[in-house]
Formats: sequence, C-alpha cells, structure tokens
Amino acid sequence: MINIVYRLKSPKFFEEAIDEIELDGVIVRPTYLSICQADQRYYQGSRPGEVLEKKLPMALIHEGIGQVVYDKTGEFNTGDNVVMIPNTPMGEDVCRANYSYKSKFRGSGFDGFTSDLVKLDSSRVVKIPDDFNPNVAAFIELMSVAYQGIGKFSEIAVTPKDTLGVWGDGNLGFITALFLKEKFPDSKIIVFGKHLENLNLFSFADEIYQIHNVSDDLTIDHAFECVGSSASQSAIDQIIDLINPQGTVNLFGVSEYPVPINTRMVLEKGLTIQGNSRSEREDFVGVVETLKQNPLLFEYLEKLVTNICEISNLSDLREAFDKDYISHFGKTILKWNK
Amino acid sequence: MIFAAILAGGIGSRMGETDTPKQFLALGTKPVIIHTIEKFVINDNIDKTIVLIPKNFINHTKNLINEHIGDNEDIIVIEGGKTRNDTLMNSIRYIDKNFGIDDSSIIITHDSVRPFVTHRIINDNIDAARKYGACDTVIPATDTIVESINGETIESIPVRDYYYQGQTPQSFNIKKLFNLINSLTEAETNILTDACKIFTLKDEDVHLVDGEVTNIKITYPYDLKLANTILGDKHD
Repeated sequence: MINIVYRLKSPKFFEEAIDEIELDGVIVRPTYLSICQADQRYYQGSRPGEVLEKKLPMALIHEGIGQVVYDKTGEFNTGDNVVMIPNTPMGEDVCRANYSYKSKFRGSGFDGFTSDLVKLDSSRVVKIPDDFNPNVAAFIELMSVAYQGIGKFSEIAVTPKDTLGVWGDGNLGFITALFLKEKFPDSKIIVFGKHLENLNLFSFADEIYQIHNVSDDLTIDHAFECVGSSASQSAIDQIIDLINPQGTVNLFGVSEYPVPINTRMVLEKGLTIQGNSRSEREDFVGVVETLKQNPLLFEYLEKLVTNICEISNLSDLREAFDKDYISHFGKTILKWNK
Repeated sequence: MIFAAILAGGIGSRMGETDTPKQFLALGTKPVIIHTIEKFVINDNIDKTIVLIPKNFINHTKNLINEHIGDNEDIIVIEGGKTRNDTLMNSIRYIDKNFGIDDSSIIITHDSVRPFVTHRIINDNIDAARKYGACDTVIPATDTIVESINGETIESIPVRDYYYQGQTPQSFNIKKLFNLINSLTEAETNILTDACKIFTLKDEDVHLVDGEVTNIKITYPYDLKLANTILGDKHD
C-alpha cells in the first residue's frame, strides 16, 4: 500500500514523500506525537554535517501513540490505542536489543512517526488503556528510557539506596526523579538543577538544590545524570564529589561532545559508571503497567506538557518545532491531524 | 453503512501510447488500482468497497485483487457506466438493491487513479459526509486561474484565494444524493461533470475537506513516471 511520509529534507525543511508498505504487520495511525531533543537537533541542523548528510531525508519523531487501523496478525483490534516502540531489532544479539548494533531506531537512521500511517511488527506495539491522557501517553517512550535505566541501576547497585541524586531539572530529570520516587518510596530523592523555576515543579522530590548552592556535608549513594550536552561535565564532576564510595553513576544525558571525567576519583571511590540510552519492549510494558497502577503519576507528568500543537500541514509542524525550541522546560505534543 | 466506490469506469484515453488502462499500470510493486483499493479496505469505518470497472476488465480486476489482497468479501467488483455519473448511479443502484439505503448511508467516491489518498483524508470525508451530507476534497489553488471563453484572450483573472483544486474523494449521504439526482432536469444532467455539482445546482452545501498535494491523479505518462520516481527515492 502507498503511504505518505513527512520527512525532514534538510534543517527546517519538511517535504512530503511517498513510501510503499506491505500489509503484513500492524498498521497504526499516529494520533499524539512528542518532540524529543534528538529530533530538535536534526531540525535545527545542530548535528554534524556528515550525520545530516547521511541520515536525511528522514521522518522525525520517535515518541508517540496511535490507533490500530489494520492488523493482519490478529493480536490487536482496530481502534486499539497503542504506544509505538521506535527500536526495531534486526536480529538476535547477546546484549539488550536497544544497545544492539543490529537494531534500527526510528527517527535516527530510518523513518520516524510523522506519516499518514506507520507499519510496525506486532512486537513493536503495546496496547494502552483508553483512559490514559493522550498528551502524557505521547511521551511514554521517554519514560521507558528512564524506566530501563532505573531497572539496570537496581541490578548493579551494591551499596544502600538511601539517598538518590538526580542531576538535571529538565524533562528526563523530572521523569527519572518521579519514577525513582515511585520505585523506591523509602529513599530520599534529591534533585540538583540550575533553574529554580524548574526545580520548584519537582514537588514530589524530598529535596531540591541549585547546583551552585549545595551544602558541604551533603552526600548521596547513587546518582542519575540527566543533563546532557556540554553541561554534562560539570554535573559529572559534582556527582563524583558528592557520591559515596562504590556508588553508581547512571548516565542518561546525551552529549554531542566528548566529556572529560575525573577518573582518579572514580578509581579511588570504586564507582560504577553505567550508560543508558533508548529502551525495549519490556520497558514500555513496565511503564504502561506503572501508569495503570498509579494514575496519580499522570497528575505530575501533565506538568511536563507545555505546548500542544495541532498539526494539519507542514507549516504547523515547523511552527511546533520552533515553539519547542524556545521552550525552556516541558514537552511539545503534536496532535497529529496531518 | 458506509460504502466506498472506486470509480474506474474510464479507459484512460489520455494516458498515451499504452493499451493498458492507467489504473492497471504498475506503481512500485503493484498496479495503481490495488494501491487505491487497499486504502479503503484497511479502513475499518468502511463496510464495503465497490470497484466500478469497464466490463471487459472485471475479471482481470478480480484476479489482481485475489493476487495482491486475497479473498475479501468486502470488495465487490461491478461494471461502471459510460460517464462518471452513470458509474456513480450504478454504484448507488447496486447498494440500494443489495444492502438498502437508509438515512445514515454514506458513499465515498474516489478516483481509482489516486492511490496516494491518505487515511486522514478518508476519515475526514466520512466525518464531513456524516455532519454536512456532502463534501469535496480540495487543495488551495497555487497557480493563478485565468478565465478565457474563446481560448485566445483572457476574460478575467479571478481572485486566487477563493479558488481550490478539486481532488477526490467526494462523499455524500446516499439518500440525499439519490433524491437530488432524481430531481435533475435533462438539461441539468447534461452539464454535470462532477458529483458535487449536483449539490451546488440545487443550492445544497458541500463542505470542504483538506486534500494533500501528494494526492495526485495519475492521468498522463508523466504522472506515473513521477510517482514511481518519488517512490524509488525512499530513504533506507
């Protein structure tokens, strides 16, 4: 079947393209999508030139939900609301599929979700309840990244989890801190950030600190770096300063630059640094279950929804990206009518 | 019930040298008409898809559907008419005879040579036909429209902002459409080139649905070549 795909041709320039899909999987009509920083970097052209040259034209967006239109496998009913999984394994591997070089990822190497229809393997689709707030469900993918990172942290942490520090007062920091509070209700969750107006939204956290104003005697057992870009360096420096011996440093923030790390202190404290990126089916299922069991989480997560943009044409899409770019906090949701 | 009528009555005299009607030419891996039918078959809102085709292509069309889509009782292939309106009337008569028409029956009529129609456009048509009784899929005119009666000099240049290019689908409440067709005089029938015109002739509103620039009609060899080129341009 013919499918119309809306691709980023070059920075800030979208175009319609025609694709042909087979009717052998699950066909989903996107309904609510969400812009990620990674999409924004392509849109703004801030990725290195050779990366843009290699990957564009490409449909952006890897966070989103939709409705099942057609399913030859019979696992879904038409009209089912589903979250779409952007990671697409292309073969068995010894590592998790979200780290496998054999996997393809939507919106990074192959087309993301900005299209009339999306064809997915049935394993790449997870049903969500109809009463989920669609503006929040749109970024379940981002939650699943935090979820898988927290899961990996639980497996490797050997020291107590009494005090957990989250660096970063943006979207990922918010979600990570919220999910940590959910998973470890007895732990003290401390959030470190730069912007007081953002930090004030972390009302579920036990303590908040501006990074330049941290008391000398504060220590943490484990740390979650959700800062990214060039600011990662100062965040990791502060983490290494405050963390107790044999703690874990869980890196979530994406940086375009190589970040120097004080390895002398990493060695001296016997720290474990673990990288986290992307997520897999079990993480999506885990997030959906967590949200089902704790509807109160929606109340907090709704705070992240700062822009809701109706997309009926490509200039709406451009406007949404421009609006997202100047927003200091929160997610831009695309109500997909294109 | 909601019906789709895929109008393939014509034999594509404008297509040029080929003897094969344009709806049967290959686009990517399948004939154009199969791509078009698939768009309606996967739409759960649509109960039956009726394909109207010249008599000598009925079996060929059934074979192609079997080969590419498989056995599907929701796809019906019947003979079209001499003109577009005859073809449309054939579909309405068929619906009336086999399923009956009630106040909520809707027909979505679509050119068989517009395989790039989107799921969104089809759903917007259904919503508009339900709400307003009739709708037409359009995009704003981009070229300046020039009116010339004699074909030699310009009569007028209308304000472009008020002009749109008509695409398909065009969708209707069947009962309303049926009654309007029956009320037409012979003179009115003779000037009909477009189903929506039936409504405008009788001062009935036709709602606009946003089309897509990609929703092109494959009329000339160039269109098919262009479509296949764009399709081959996909990024892996």
